[in-house]
Amino acid sequence: MRLFSRLALTVAACMAAGTVSAAEVNVYSARKDHLIKPVLDAFTQASGITVNLLSANETQLLERLKSEGKDSPADLFITTDVAHLHAARVAGILAPVQSAVLAKNIPAQYHDPQGYWYGLSARARVIFYAMDRVKPTDLSTYEDLATAKWKGRICVRSSSSTYNQSLLGGLIAVMGPEKAEAWAKGITDNMARKPQGGDRDQIAAVAAGQCDVAIANTYYFGGMQTSDKADEKAAAAKVGLFFPNQADRGAHMNVAGAGLTISAKNKAEAVKLLEFMSGEVAQKLFAEANNEFPVLPSAKMSPTVAAWGPFKGEKINVAMLGENASQAVRIFDRVGWR
Amino acid sequence: MPTYPHKTNGFKAPLPWLAAVVVLAALVALPVLVVAGNLLVPSGGIWGHLAATVLGSYIGNSIILMVCVGAGVALGGVGTAWLVTMCRFPFSRWLEWALLLPMAMPAYVVAYTYTGLLDYAGPVQGALRAVMGWTSARDYWFPEIRSLGGAVTVMVMVLYPYVYILARAAFLEQSVCVLEASRTLGRGPWRAFSQVALPLARPAVMAGIALALMETLNDFGTVHYFAVDTFTTGIYRTWLGMGQPAVAAQLGAVLMIFVAALIALERWSRGGAKSHHTTSRYRRLPRIPLPGWRGGLALAFSLLPVLLGFVIPAGMLTWWTFQVGLSASFGGDFTRLAGNSLLLALVAGLAAVAVAVVLAYAQRLHPRPLIRLAVRVASLGYAVPGSVIAVGIMVPLVALDRSIARTVEGWTGASPGLLLTGTIFALVYAYLVRFLAVSANTVEASLGKVTPSLEAAARTLGCGTVSALRRVHLPIIKGSLLSAVLLVFVDVMKELPATLIMRPFNFDTLATRTFTLASDERLADAGAPALAIVLVGLVPVLLLSRAIAKSRPGEPS
Repeated sequence: MRLFSRLALTVAACMAAGTVSAAEVNVYSARKDHLIKPVLDAFTQASGITVNLLSANETQLLERLKSEGKDSPADLFITTDVAHLHAARVAGILAPVQSAVLAKNIPAQYHDPQGYWYGLSARARVIFYAMDRVKPTDLSTYEDLATAKWKGRICVRSSSSTYNQSLLGGLIAVMGPEKAEAWAKGITDNMARKPQGGDRDQIAAVAAGQCDVAIANTYYFGGMQTSDKADEKAAAAKVGLFFPNQADRGAHMNVAGAGLTISAKNKAEAVKLLEFMSGEVAQKLFAEANNEFPVLPSAKMSPTVAAWGPFKGEKINVAMLGENASQAVRIFDRVGWR
Repeated sequence: MPTYPHKTNGFKAPLPWLAAVVVLAALVALPVLVVAGNLLVPSGGIWGHLAATVLGSYIGNSIILMVCVGAGVALGGVGTAWLVTMCRFPFSRWLEWALLLPMAMPAYVVAYTYTGLLDYAGPVQGALRAVMGWTSARDYWFPEIRSLGGAVTVMVMVLYPYVYILARAAFLEQSVCVLEASRTLGRGPWRAFSQVALPLARPAVMAGIALALMETLNDFGTVHYFAVDTFTTGIYRTWLGMGQPAVAAQLGAVLMIFVAALIALERWSRGGAKSHHTTSRYRRLPRIPLPGWRGGLALAFSLLPVLLGFVIPAGMLTWWTFQVGLSASFGGDFTRLAGNSLLLALVAGLAAVAVAVVLAYAQRLHPRPLIRLAVRVASLGYAVPGSVIAVGIMVPLVALDRSIARTVEGWTGASPGLLLTGTIFALVYAYLVRFLAVSANTVEASLGKVTPSLEAAARTLGCGTVSALRRVHLPIIKGSLLSAVLLVFVDVMKELPATLIMRPFNFDTLATRTFTLASDERLADAGAPALAIVLVGLVPVLLLSRAIAKSRPGEPS
C-alpha cells in the first residue's frame, strides 16, 4: 500500500509538472503516425503550440473517450472514416465548433451540419479493372457490378472494413435499404473469392489474374503506383482506375476528419489546430503523403492523383454514411458478405 | 500416487494472507466483472440477428480452431519436452533452448510473414511461376494460406512453447527415483512415460494447453488476417460495425464463461487425485540414448517447430529489414521504443509473478471454495479479447481516478484531472489483469507438487508462513517461477490492444509500431520493429532457459 501511495504521488507530481508547461493540445488520433505526424509538426512550428499525440485504433479511442467523459485529457479526436466521427457525435463526446475559417475551407458536404466534426481529406471508393481483360467501356456503375455478367470476377475486402460499411451506407441513402440489400447480395454472388486482405490486396489480385475487377479506395492505388517496391508498382501498372456513376450521382466519397471533445481544456489551441489542418499547408501534406483529395478546393492534388483525371463525386453529406453504418453491417450479415 | 488431504495439517494460517488474497483477487477480477456485467444490458434484438446469420459460423470456426490447436500444442509441446529432457540424440541439448524461440514471435507477425512468403507476389509462387512458365493465378492451383488451416498451423507453431516450457519444467522437477521405480516394476520406457511421468506432469501440461487455448480464443490479429470468422472477430465486428459495445462485451462474457467451463471440466476430470513428489532424492537425469534412425526421427520431430515457428518467419523479417535498409529500420527512436517495451515487460513480469505467488500460497493455506473462485475469476482476463478487457480495465480505473480527482478538487478547489489513466501504472495494471492467468497457472501447478509434509516439517521447526514460503517453497519451485516471469515478459512484449489504448501520450513500444505499419498494409516496413520484438524477447528466453535447466535440484549449477 505504501508502494501504491508513493507511486500515486510520483504520478501526481508528474502530472502537475505537465500542467504548468506552455500552450499545448492533446490529440487522440486514429490516423497512422507517419501520415499525421508531419502535419502536427508543421502546426507546432507555425504556432509554437506543443501537440501531444496518442495514436490507436479508433474504436478503442472512442471507448476510452466515452469512459473518460468530461475528465478526458483529450482535446481533439481524429479518425480515418466518417462513420467513427458520427459515432463519436452520437455518443455525446464531441462539442460543436463554429469557425469562419473552417466554414470557408471545408465544403458543406464534408462536415457535420452542426459543426460537431470536420472532414479534412477526401477519398473515393471506386472500381479497379484488369487492363488486359476488361475494357473501360464494359464498366459503368456500382449497380452494374451486381449483375450476372460479373459472376466470379469481383474481388473486394471483408465487410468488417468501415470503408465497405460506408459504401453500403451511401447506397442505402441513395437507393433505400431493399435495393441496397439486393445490391450487396449481387456483389456477394459475383465474388471471385472469399473476401480477404486489405484494399491493396484486392488491386494486387486483379493484377495477378485472380479476378477481373476490384472495389478499393483511391489512395491505396496511388500508394502502389508510387511504391518503392517493384512488385507493387508492376501490379499497379496492369490495373486501371474507373470512376463509376459519372453519368448520374458520381463516385462514392468518404472523409477522414476530426472533432473537438467535450472535455477539451485547450479549446482555443484545438480549434487552431483544426483550422490549420484545413488550410493550405496541411492540405498539401495530406494530399502528398497519402494521395488523398484535399477538401480545400484551392489546394493542389499530388501529381499521381491529378493523373487520374477529373471526376464527379457524390454530393450527399457524408454524415449519411455514418448514420447507415450499423444497418449496413446487418445487411452484410444477411447476404453472407463476410 | 499417495494422496494427502490438501490441508495445512492443523497449522493455523494467519489472517493477513486471507486479506491479501481477497484484495489482490478483487482488484484483478474487477475488469472481468465489468465485462460480465454487460450481460445485464438489454441487447435490442442484436442476438436474434446474430443467431439468424453469422453466430453459427463464429462458433463452428472457434471450436474447430480450439480442437486443432489444442491437439497440436499437446502433441508438439509434450513430445518435444519429453524428447529433449529425457532422451539423447543429435543436437538435443541445443534444441532444449531452440524450442523456446517461437515464443518470442507474435502470432500475427508469423501470419504476416507466411502470407508474404506464400501469397501470389511472394517468392515461393514467384519461383514456381518462373520455373513452370505460368503467367497468372489462373494457370495453376496453390494452397490458400489465408484459411482456417493456415490459422491452425500458425497458432500451433507459436503456442506449443506454452506446453513445452511447462511440461519440461515438470519433467525436470520429477524425481528420477519415481521413474526408476516404475521401470523396476516392469514398465518399459514408453509406459513409464505414459503411466508415471505424464500423469505426474498432467497439471503442468493442462496449464500449458489451457494457456494456449485461451490465447487462441482471444486472438484477433491472426484470424482476422487469415480471413477466418471466429467468436473474437465477431466481437470486433459487432462492436465496431454495429456500434454495439454492450453486445460485443456480452459475446466476450460468453467466451469467458466457455473458458471457465473448460477449466472447470479439466479440474473435475482430474478429480480428487493430487500428485506430489514424495521423495526429494534427485540426481542427474539419465538420458535414454536414441541411436540411428530413432535419433533422426526425434531430431526431425523437434526441429520442425523451430523451423516453422522461428527460423522461417525470422528469416523473412530479416529479409524485409534489409530490403527497407538497416539505417531506416533501426535509426530514429528505435532504442527508445525497445527500452519502453523492455521496461514494461520486466515490471509486469515481476508483478504478475509476485501476485501469483501470494494468491497460490494463500489458497494453499486457506483452501476454501470462495478463495478458489476469486482466484479463478481473476485469471479469466486472459481469455477475453484484449480490446474488450481493455475497456473493462478502463471503467474501474477511470472511476477510481474520478473519485481521486473529486477529492482533490474538494481540498484544493482545482481538479487535477485523471491521474492514473494513461500512465505506466495503468498499463502495468492492465497487463496484470491480462496475464495473471499465465503466472498463476504456472505457479499454482508447481506449488501443488510441493508435498505438504515438507511444509509441515518447516512449520514444526518453527517457521512462520512467510518464512516457510521463502525458505522451503520458493527454492523448490524456482524453475517454475522463472518460467512464469518469462511467459509474462514475452506476452507483454507482444501485447497490443491494451498497450495501444492505455498508453500515455507520445509513448510507443515495439508492438505498437509494428502494428501501425502492418495495419497500413506496409508489411516490409513492419519487419524491423517486429524483428526487434523477437530479438529483445530472445534475450530473456535464452537467459531463463539456462536458469530453468540449472534449477533442477541435483543439477550442477
